[in-house]
Order: sequence, then structure tokens, then C-alpha cells
Amino acid sequence: MIQHLADGILVGSILSLGAIGLTMVMHMLRFANFSHAELLSVGAYCALVFDGVFAGVHSGLAQAIGSLSLTWTLALSIIVSMAVTGFSAVAIDRLVFRRVRALGGELSMVFASFGVAMILRNILGLIFGLQAQLYSRDIVFAVMISSDPLLLIKPDQVFSLVAALVFMMILHLVLSRTTFGYALRAVAENPTLAQVSGISLQRMIILIWLIGGGLAAAAGIFYGLTNQINPVLGRDLVLPIFAATIVGGIGSIYGAVLGGFLVGIASNVALLILPSGYSPAVPFLIILAVLLVRPTGLFGEERP
Amino acid sequence: MTDLALEARGIVAGYVPELPILRDVHLQAARGRVTVIIGPNGAGKSTLIKAIAGLVPVSAGTVMLGDQDITNPRPDTMGAAGVAYVPQTDNIFRTLTIRQNLELVLRNAGADRAARLDALFGQFPPLAAKQKEKAGALSGGQRQFLAVAMALAIRPSVILMDEPSAGLAPKAAQEVLGMARALTEDGVTIILVEQNVRQALRIADHCFILADGQNQVDGPAADLMNDPIVGQIYLGGKRVAPA
Amino acid sequence: MIGVISYLVFFSTVAAILAIAVLGLNLQWGNTGLFNGGVVAFFGAGAYATLIFGGTPQEGQLGGFALPYPLALLGGMFVAGVMAWIVGILTLRLRHDYLAIATFGVAVAFENLMRNAEALAGGAQGLRGFERPLFDALGGGLAYNSLFLICVLVLLLAVYVFLERLIRSPFGRLLRAIREDETAARSLGKNPARIRLTSFITGSVIMGMSGGLYGTFYAFISPQDVLPILTFQIWAMLIVGGAGNNRGAVAGAFLIWGAWTASGWALSRFAPQEVQLYTGSVQFILIGFVIVGMLLWRPQGLFEEKLVVSQQGRTATKELQGDRR
Repeated sequence: MIQHLADGILVGSILSLGAIGLTMVMHMLRFANFSHAELLSVGAYCALVFDGVFAGVHSGLAQAIGSLSLTWTLALSIIVSMAVTGFSAVAIDRLVFRRVRALGGELSMVFASFGVAMILRNILGLIFGLQAQLYSRDIVFAVMISSDPLLLIKPDQVFSLVAALVFMMILHLVLSRTTFGYALRAVAENPTLAQVSGISLQRMIILIWLIGGGLAAAAGIFYGLTNQINPVLGRDLVLPIFAATIVGGIGSIYGAVLGGFLVGIASNVALLILPSGYSPAVPFLIILAVLLVRPTGLFGEERP
Repeated sequence: MTDLALEARGIVAGYVPELPILRDVHLQAARGRVTVIIGPNGAGKSTLIKAIAGLVPVSAGTVMLGDQDITNPRPDTMGAAGVAYVPQTDNIFRTLTIRQNLELVLRNAGADRAARLDALFGQFPPLAAKQKEKAGALSGGQRQFLAVAMALAIRPSVILMDEPSAGLAPKAAQEVLGMARALTEDGVTIILVEQNVRQALRIADHCFILADGQNQVDGPAADLMNDPIVGQIYLGGKRVAPA
Repeated sequence: MIGVISYLVFFSTVAAILAIAVLGLNLQWGNTGLFNGGVVAFFGAGAYATLIFGGTPQEGQLGGFALPYPLALLGGMFVAGVMAWIVGILTLRLRHDYLAIATFGVAVAFENLMRNAEALAGGAQGLRGFERPLFDALGGGLAYNSLFLICVLVLLLAVYVFLERLIRSPFGRLLRAIREDETAARSLGKNPARIRLTSFITGSVIMGMSGGLYGTFYAFISPQDVLPILTFQIWAMLIVGGAGNNRGAVAGAFLIWGAWTASGWALSRFAPQEVQLYTGSVQFILIGFVIVGMLLWRPQGLFEEKLVVSQQGRTATKELQGDRR
């Protein structure tokens, strides 16, 4: 039980990072972006590439940090990949979504996002191969925190959780302390008033893609660090991330954080009663439950 | 010849080009005066100031701010040009605190920000007392004050207000309109859409009457107030009592 | 020569079966504006249920009711309809993209269930033990396949005629009215959620029929047949044919299925051995580009006709236009 809970919290932090960007895009641009989870894959592979590049440039940095399998080069790659993925998200918006938006039709955007997801996922597969990859071949043993009840945790898992929480904290501080954060919240609440208050929606959309893409990259890297990297990473995470945004309520950043943890924990704890083969279906059951009980999610507002 | 702060000429505008709501409308607002736009429901009053603010596309005609053409502006650039727009409803950010609402509109003020924030709070003491509270918790009248404070924060030369007294108790409505009048003492030009005809005419200098997307009559507010025909035709059949 | 004809019969049968599903999707998306992200679930429900109802008893497995074939097929359509009813009732009164997410989820959960539930659906090995109707009587072979193709074409025509009549009926006018102006439709005393639900279920039942025929044709169905790619293929068929256009939908089905099989054949024939593994990836990318490219450059489809959808954006889309100026 406690092991499932611990695993759930870790997965939850990854889902939360992914869901923050998705909920912002879904709220602002009013479409369910099925390609958002592919940004996690983009980030994960991006870090794999930069990790290799940095290690080639300065082999001394390719050392594991403490008892982690994480190296200094990979730590550096996290930051670079977040930036690259953020800009990729902006580029995809420019190339596809913005143009579809101009033609009109929110549902066409959903359509387009499926196409984009398929293209991204399979291009990654073509470039990096279909087999799973790891950031480090070093075997890092899990530390036994307690033997009864059994609780095993890997140092990388602790790092991922802490780093994810740090990113969320930074975002929280930005939203609650800076005028840029106020502007983000203002646009989410009332785009028209935000515009007449001098906020350029176009610029905010770019920033939302940057933030969403950056956080998605971090999520993908942490997933790769604690599991493995493969081209179908996005496909496997798209439904849990949607579940997290719906649980939290579309448009609510804090809801997305909470929703991510709830979905992560629920999916893992559900394995106590369900055979493990069924775990991909659990997020769907969560979505159904939320739609049945409280369609606006925990923090969402009615905005049909 | 009066000095015009803002002038709209031959405005044709609507949400879709095939269905213009405004058909050849003109409006002149003298500098430092209150100009009020009245008319029956659906006359296109709100559409007119939204078109000026860049929220409704203008398909023909021009809007001049002094000698600068500001037809079809991007709404987010209007503040920089010196025009503030206060919507009728949802004119504050409910989820931000009062202070955050003001800091948001002052975000480009740089080193001046603290001083200008203090000045605004000095101008609106009830807001200062509640500055840490969520704006959504304010009463209707206080919301309008906050909305006006947000408009003033950018130091505009012209403020467009869409029915600021709508939904307010008579006393609060009078306060809000009185404040609009008071703003002109600092040289600000006010363009006001109102349903509350009697009170609006009392504080206005000049009045435009719109019906069915077209100009009907315009003239000094005091004259229109005493014109029985205007009262009967455009002001809901009731004669408007002189002030 | 016989080989070519056999192949053409085989190809046309599959394309015609898929065309039925495209017609079902057209009712949902083209005529009602409903986004079904899990076409494959309703298709699969029809396929699995038809085989369970009509199959022979198998050890350790539910089903094998050996019902007469028409009843089995109707049963498959019924199961697809029930699934659509459940999903629809939960999502159709909400924000429109909830339906996209929920239907996508249904497809994931459906495939997952079929893969794992051995007693229900045979698990990863799929469902066997189905005997094709009249197979023994006709002795199989080209004659049988040709007859099967004719049956499928008759059903395709029946569905086409049914839908054409439906969209010209008062119900079809209601669908258009709701799509264009929901508030106005509601003020006339119509219940848009209910009408959308009817359309969604009808479309899904048609997809169930398509799945049932697919299962019948192969006398076998497995989780490999209900992967998400099928949803994308069916979408691509509709979007190439032109949403709202039933004739285009059928043409799109044959065109895309032709392109898909041709590209698969070309890749396996000409691509070097070491990239054979990636044939699927290349084909998926192509489907992705077809969808995105059509949306960007020819949203009305290749075969433009009257009754083109007008998916009007609201709210933020409008506000963004203000910002773009």
C-alpha cells in the first residue's frame, strides 16, 4: 500500500507538470490538445541528445551526482531541453495551430492536435528508434526506507519529485508575486478585459506555450529518469494528463497540480485491486467519475 | 470651435461585416467634457464605444484621437495611446486582489509604480482599506470605483465608460456618475454610455442620441433635457424633468 | 488475372466496410459537429459483440451463443449503441472537447479491456471460433468473397440512403440548426443535448455495423484490430472526402485505404531491410500530414459539395482575431 502511494506521488508530480501546460492551453485556446503529451517525449529525447553533447564537450561533467544516476550533464540538459521544447511548442503553434485557429473552429484544432501528435511521435521513433533508452546505464539500487511495510525508493525518484515541486513553487511565486503572473491570471479569467488593460493576447499565448512546453519537457525527463524513454511515452501519458486537468478543472493551474497527484496516486493504488494490465484504463475511469459527479472539476468554473 | 479630444466619423461597424449594427454614426467629444450617448436598447450605444476601443471591427469610417487616426486599433495598444475603456460588466479581475488589479495595469510604470499606486489609493480611500481582498468580493459600486481606478492608472486623456451605473442602487449610481464628472476637472475627457438618462444628462455637457444604429439628435445636454419631443421619442416616452 | 480480381475483391470489401464507419462518423462530425476521438471503440464493440453473439462456444470463454447471423450483427450494433449512449449522456451537455477526451478514453479503455479480459474477449489472442455465414454452403473462395462484397456494398448503399434521407428530414434540419445556432434552437423548445445524443448514438451504431462486418470478414478479431490508428485512418478518410458530404466520405474511404495499402506495399517492396521495422512509423506520419495538411489547405475536403460544415469558432478565437489585427 505505502509503496503504491509513494510511486503514485512520484508519477503524480510528473502528471502535474504535464497538466499545468495543458490546462493553460485548453483554457486559453479552448481546445483539447492531444499533442501536449508529445512535448514530454520531445523534452525527454532532447535531454538525451544534449546529455550526449555536453558529455562529449566536457567529460568531467558526465559524473553522477551523489547517489543519483543523474549526471551534471543531464542536470544541465534539463534546463536546455525545457527551453528547446518550449520554443518547439511555440513553433508548432505558429506552423499549425495558429493557422487552423485563423480558419476558425475549435474542434478543427482538436483534430489538428491528433495529427501533430502522430507526426511528432513517429518522427521521434524514426530518429531515435522504437526501442526504449535510458539516460544512464549505471544501475542505481533502490534504498529500502522500511521493510515492513516494504518501501523501496530510488534516489532518482526523490530528485525528480523535489525538482518537480521546485518548478511548481517557482510557478506559484511567479503567479502570486509578479505582475507577469497577474497578467497570466488576468488573461485566463477575462481575455477581453486583459486586452483593454494593455495585455497582448498574442504575446501571452506565446508565453503560455513556452511555460507549458518547458514544464512538459521537465516532466518527460523525470519520467525518463525514473522509468525509461521511448517514443510512445506521450501516447501512454496523454490520457492520465487529461484526467489530471479534468479532475482539477480546466483552466485551473492549482487544480492541475492537485489533479496530477490525485490521478497518479489513484492509478497506483488501484493496482491493489486491479490486475496490472488494466492500469492504462484507470485514468479513463477517473474521467468518467469526475464527469458524473462534478464536471467542472475541483477548481474549474462553468464556462460552456 | 471647440477642441475635440475624440471624433468618430461615418462609422459602420458590427461583429460580422454582413450585419452592421452601426450605420454611418458620428460622435464628437470635446476635450475635458462629459459626452453621453443615450438611446433605446439595441440602438448600438455599447457597440459604438467598443468599436472605438477596438473590440468591434469598423468596416467604414474613421476614429480620430486629436489628429491621430486610431480606427480599428489593437485593443491592447489603446492604453498607450491614452484611451481607457471601462466595460459594463466583468470590468475587474475577480480572482486578483484589489492591489494586484492596480499593479497589473501599472506594470509598465517602472520606478513610478509605488507612487502612482499610493496616489490612486489616496483618490479612492475605500479601495485602499480593502486592497488585500479579492476584487470579486467588492460591492457593485466599489467594483465600479476599482474599474475607474484601473482606467485612471494609465493616465488616459479619454475614458470610455459603458453604463457605469448599471445595476447599482440609486445612491451608488449617483456617486459613480458624480465621480465621472469630477474627473473632467483634471482635463480628462469622458465618453459615457448610459441607460440612466435623467442622471446622465445632469452630469453631461453634450449628448448624442442613437437609435437603430444611427444618430438621431445631438446637442448640449441641458437643451435636450428640456426638449419635450426628445423626451417623448427617445427617452422612453417620459418627459425628463429639468434639473 | 484471378489473383488480381481476388485482390480487388478483398481490397474493395475492406474499403467498403471502412466506408460504412466513415459514414457513421460523418453523421457525428460532419452533420452534428461532434468530435469522436474513439471511433475504434464503437467499431471494435460491434466487431467483438458480433463474434461473441454469433460464434460457436469456446472453452473458458463467454459467448459462442451461435445466434443466427443477422441477429448477431444487430447485437453488435446494439452494444456499440449502448456504449455511445453511456459516453454521450455523460459528456454531451458539457464543453465540446470533453466528448473528444472521453471518447478517446473509451478507445484506450476498450482496447485495454479486450487485451486483458480473456474470459470475455479472448485476451491478446483475440476471438476465434466464428463461422462465417453461408461459408460452408458456398464453399469459400472467390465466389464467397464476391458475394460477401456484394452484401457489404448493399449495406453501404443502405446506410448511405438512410443518412441522405435523415439529413434531409426534419431531424436533419434540426441538426443543422443546432450546429449553427444552439441558443436559437433551444429557444424554439428543442433540446440540443438530446438531439446530439441521438445523432451520436446513430453514428456509433453505424460504426458498430462496420466493425461487425469487419469481424465477420476475417472471422477473427483481436486487440491488434482496435488500435487507435484505425480512428485516425477513418478520420483521414472523412476529412479527405469532405466533412458533411456522404459521397465524399465513401470516396475518401476508398482513396485513403488505397493509399494506405499502396504505401505499405511500396515500403515493404522497396525500402531497405533495416527500415522495414519503421514502415508503420512512416505510414503514421503520412496519415498525420494528411490530417494536418487538409485542415490547413483544404478544410472542405477534396470533393467539395453543398452542405459544407461551418465550424464557427467562438469566444477566444474571436478575441484572438482582435489581437491579430
